[in-house]
Amino acid sequence: MSRQRVYNGNELVSLAAMDAGCRFYAGYPITPSSEIMEVMSKEMPKVGGAFIQMEDEIASIGAAIGAAWTGVKSMTASSGPGISLKAEHIGFACITETPLVIVNIMRGGPSTGFPTATSQSDLMQARWGTHGDHPVIALVPGTATEMYYETIRAFNLAELYRTPVIILGDEMLGHLNTMLDLPDPSTLELVERKLAEPKPGEKYRPFAMDQGDVPPMGAFFRGYRFHLTGLNSNEYGYPTIDPDMIQAQQERMMNKIANHADEMEKNDTFNLDDADILTVAVGSTGSAAKQASKDMKADGSGRLGVFRPLTLWPFPEKELDALIGSGKFKGLFVPEANLGQLVIEVERINRGRLPIQTLQKVNGFPVTPGDIVERIKEVF
Amino acid sequence: MAPAAYINFEQYLRQDYRGLQWCPGCGDGAILQAFLRAVHELGISQDDMAVVSGIGCSGRISGYIDFNTMHTTHGRAISFATGIKLASPDKHVVVFGGDGDQTAIGGNHFIHACRRNINLTICVINNNVYGMTGGQYSPTTPHGMKTQTMPYGNYDQQFDVVNLAIGAGATYVARESVWKPVALTKFFKKGIQHNGVSVIEVVSNCHINLGRRNKMKSPHAVLDWIKGRTVSLAKAKNMSEEELEGKILVGEFVEKDKPEFTEQYYKLVESLKK
Ligand SMILES: Cc1ncc(C[n+]2csc(CCOP(=O)(O)OP(=O)(O)O)c2C)c(N)n1
Ligand code: SF4
Ligand SMILES: [Mg+2]
Repeated sequence: MSRQRVYNGNELVSLAAMDAGCRFYAGYPITPSSEIMEVMSKEMPKVGGAFIQMEDEIASIGAAIGAAWTGVKSMTASSGPGISLKAEHIGFACITETPLVIVNIMRGGPSTGFPTATSQSDLMQARWGTHGDHPVIALVPGTATEMYYETIRAFNLAELYRTPVIILGDEMLGHLNTMLDLPDPSTLELVERKLAEPKPGEKYRPFAMDQGDVPPMGAFFRGYRFHLTGLNSNEYGYPTIDPDMIQAQQERMMNKIANHADEMEKNDTFNLDDADILTVAVGSTGSAAKQASKDMKADGSGRLGVFRPLTLWPFPEKELDALIGSGKFKGLFVPEANLGQLVIEVERINRGRLPIQTLQKVNGFPVTPGDIVERIKEVF
Repeated sequence: MAPAAYINFEQYLRQDYRGLQWCPGCGDGAILQAFLRAVHELGISQDDMAVVSGIGCSGRISGYIDFNTMHTTHGRAISFATGIKLASPDKHVVVFGGDGDQTAIGGNHFIHACRRNINLTICVINNNVYGMTGGQYSPTTPHGMKTQTMPYGNYDQQFDVVNLAIGAGATYVARESVWKPVALTKFFKKGIQHNGVSVIEVVSNCHINLGRRNKMKSPHAVLDWIKGRTVSLAKAKNMSEEELEGKILVGEFVEKDKPEFTEQYYKLVESLKK
């Protein structure tokens, strides 16, 4: 049965989640992400999964984490104010190493900001939104089609690394209509969590230190009982104040992402070969940059290369470092729909080697190819 | 009443985790025993029950007992429990938390679980204070009592947890004090068996962080104070309003049928199968 029709980005997130095997969704309505929840409320009961509209965003992610520990793939979605509310539980998911997908359809902020307008102002919140050192994987699709495929990848990464994965969409992508033929779900490459199978009498250790960076995931009600806590805990999940254990567990939690950053990396590059300016941009701004590059090439007005990370966190340091060090480019250009977040990371990796120019748009409208062309002409 | 039968509680207590944090004489231990007795008498397998707790002295319960346990965040245990229950509708899910945990920071989750009538057994251990953080006042600290953040005596108003639960739509509501363990076990049993949300408030003692500041240094002094304040529902019928002033009514307040949330959801799932 063909599934070709016009979808918006938010619908594609939901349908991808269903295709990835997500069987629990909890949320609280908020513009511009509400369509995700609406689709889930319709689709989830059809396949016997669970859907619930909770009393707020804190409860939504709490429910999603609880469900994840019964053995199902689970998801929650929101936007600015709701993501801020979820912050405490994102940390709980990190420290308990809970696979979970959290979607942020970014809107203008801070506070209630501009609910119906697009923005990329939560890039750093995705990295540092909850307190304490913690690992983060965040994906940033740049087209409606990518909203689908990156959601599939988000579930796979969450399962593989037993950690929350954030999808950073934005209002424009969420509401962007695209004609797409969705793949047959049976053709998708899906990752299922490595489930713990303790032998009878053997105690399951949710935070085992001797089973690689990612210990197998347990599930409640499977005949082996265990404890989880948001406190620093030992291998068994019991609270501990042993300094060596705390240090070792914290480092493992971070390293399971750091050690595998290469496997998470995914970048789109465009017109790099003959470019003299390297644009680093993500999400919808990254797509606009590609169009600008095409337009400038067509009329011969400039040679713009585009480096567009789809995995924002962990940041593709090595790849960008190599590009900057290649000697091909006379400057870096970082356009973004915020007042300078991505550029902080680019500056860090650039280490002063190339001049950096920026375009920072926070008026609620997306960065367009025209904006980029105009700015390039102005600054280079 | 016949003395309670001997139970070897070891099977319910984690033998490999002994980080007991409670002060000697804290009511939390007696409440835990009453709960375990209920589970034992009902013959429920530990594998089929999840115990989820918030943050506070009372929230430590989940760590000590050998069930599927989750020690969550301050005030939010009910949200995690809701996810567990909805994803595993045939399992028992029990929530423990304090008065601060469930009526202050977690008040929203508490009233919505009651409204939703989701089959959770929610125990509110009400010691009238924030025990764990050193004795600040809670939404249930009685008028006039001194706490770390009410050094001149409490001038704020109180929640009545039972009324809060009833008002929010809970379908099983009971309250008893910690010095009535037999009644507590009975209420826990009924709560666990009830098909819908059940709220069991236990009036407990924190002699360390409430008693000491209010001329009740020992557990006994606080228990005597509680004893003097509690009146059974039956007895209260023959008492005047003046006599009931400042008293805590104990007993079973509500027991009724209403469609249970997860059942409603999975009925929908069934209906879509055609
Ligand atoms: C978000 C958050 N705010 C505050 C705290 C600090 N805190 C820990 S326990 C607690 C109060 C505990 O009181 P109660 O819930 O009545 O439990 P008790 O210790 O009395 O059993 C507070 C305020 C916290 N852990 N998390
Ligand atoms: S501080 Fe109070 S509530 Fe906490 S363990 Fe001690 S007596 Fe119990
Ligand atoms: Mg308390």
